Amino acid sequence: MIIRTHTSTHTSTAAEMDNFIINALLAGIALALVAGPLGCVVVWRRMAYFGDTLAHAALLGVALAVSANLLPLAGVVIIGATLAVLLFWLEKHSELSTDTLLGILSHTALAAGLIVLSIVQRDASGIDMMAYLFGDILAISRNDLYWMYAGVVVIGVAIWRLWPGLLSMSVHEDLARTDGVPVALMRFAFMLLLALMIAITINVVGILLITALLIIPAASARLFSRTPVQMIVLAVVFALLSVFTGLGFSLHWDTPTGPSIVVLAAVLFFVARTGKTVAEYR
Amino acid sequence: MNMEMHHGSLLSAHGIGYRIAGRQILNNIDLELLPDKILTLIGPNGAGKTTLIRLLLGLSPLQSGEIKRKPGLRIGYVPQRVIIEDTMPLRVRDFLRLAGKYSVAEMQQALVAVEAESAFASPIQKISGGELQRVLLARALLKKPELLVLDEPAQGVDVVGQQALYNLISSLREKHDCSVLMVSHDLHLVMAATDTVVCLNHHVCCTGHPEDVSGHPEYLRIFGNTLEGLAVYSHHHDHAHDIHGDVVDEAGEQVCQHDHSHAHEHAHEHSS
Repeated sequence: MIIRTHTSTHTSTAAEMDNFIINALLAGIALALVAGPLGCVVVWRRMAYFGDTLAHAALLGVALAVSANLLPLAGVVIIGATLAVLLFWLEKHSELSTDTLLGILSHTALAAGLIVLSIVQRDASGIDMMAYLFGDILAISRNDLYWMYAGVVVIGVAIWRLWPGLLSMSVHEDLARTDGVPVALMRFAFMLLLALMIAITINVVGILLITALLIIPAASARLFSRTPVQMIVLAVVFALLSVFTGLGFSLHWDTPTGPSIVVLAAVLFFVARTGKTVAEYR
Repeated sequence: MNMEMHHGSLLSAHGIGYRIAGRQILNNIDLELLPDKILTLIGPNGAGKTTLIRLLLGLSPLQSGEIKRKPGLRIGYVPQRVIIEDTMPLRVRDFLRLAGKYSVAEMQQALVAVEAESAFASPIQKISGGELQRVLLARALLKKPELLVLDEPAQGVDVVGQQALYNLISSLREKHDCSVLMVSHDLHLVMAATDTVVCLNHHVCCTGHPEDVSGHPEYLRIFGNTLEGLAVYSHHHDHAHDIHGDVVDEAGEQVCQHDHSHAHEHAHEHSS
């Protein structure tokens, strides 16, 4: 199987060319808008591995949804919720650390997803596994964009509503609890938001790389921020820069787009890190 | 301790038991908090002090016994060992803001009350251990609490700072008109600042006024040689006691009681 790039699939007219680049840009902007704030919370709450697990499970969600004739988005959110409940239960009744439990869930979900997908593919050969694994931002349709921006609005409103409690429990759970924050409920709600984010952005960078866009822009943002809100705003800025430069790089050098965006995000991080170190040294 | 809920009691616990993985952490604990009193829980490491605090606050589910809180009781809580990770950029003012919708003036006022006003705009990870404890106290005070719950409030604070912190806590009780429930492992540091001591080691070993508890056989059995504590106490309380401090080795108990009668007098002076 080959990772699709724009030259292999889209060689039509100039108008269509512009169209899919604009769609890709709009999709990238949507991704940056949600990855910024969610990524910051993931970094604060040390949930990187959980994000990875959710993303891996998303493949299973998609495969199951397709085989049941459901929307892939619904499949991903349902699997995400199941995973959150499963983890909550395992953490309560296990001698093992969350780290180990996630190791079990993450890879099992990915393996199961690959199996189910291969079975589904026998009937419907239209499913492009590589697009799910690594993303295919250049194949994003107008319809996909509607879903994405609906998701952006839902996530944005939810974060805005949950913000004080979410921030408080990210600082200290017991203090948040004594202030009346329903910590367990909030944690579950946040996991659902993460699952929704993965569901709407799965086509942009794919399940294997999505966590990178949660973590890397937030990490870059941390270097230059003094308050939580600053960090979120900067994380969105860094995510946008990654998407734009990554897309440009991909178009210019004809490289796969999802991985290009991730690599550019990392380049930005190292430039930022080096720049800050040099500035501090002087 | 009286089993009935006193009139005006803020919180009373009765017959509290708690097990973790088959081990009895707490056994049949009775406790009552009255308004404007300072109660200190003291006990060795692993005695169940923090577990009891968490149960009283409703942070852990109650397994047996019952807890009655005064309806609408406002509690300010300072947890044990608060670590705020560097991954979140957070200034002290942002941290205080998390406690609720308070104005800048209110937050600054709370910091002034704990003598930590200079930390207002500092990143919370960059302030000293003593300052952090004060900031946590300020956060608790913002809620205008009727009850302050402090789990090892002098954690990570040097010895001089510890005494200053305990003095601050006893002054807060008067200024803010609230009760204090605190956990400590050093009776002699908190002696002057407490009305009642409950000595806990999975069960309540003894309870009473600090000077009584410090001479109680159960207390002495658990804490045995507390010479370290005595030395610290006499040094920081009053230099006139240094001579007595020297004879601590021979008659620790006696010196201890002598000191406490002084502490008691001070307390009386304050209250009059």
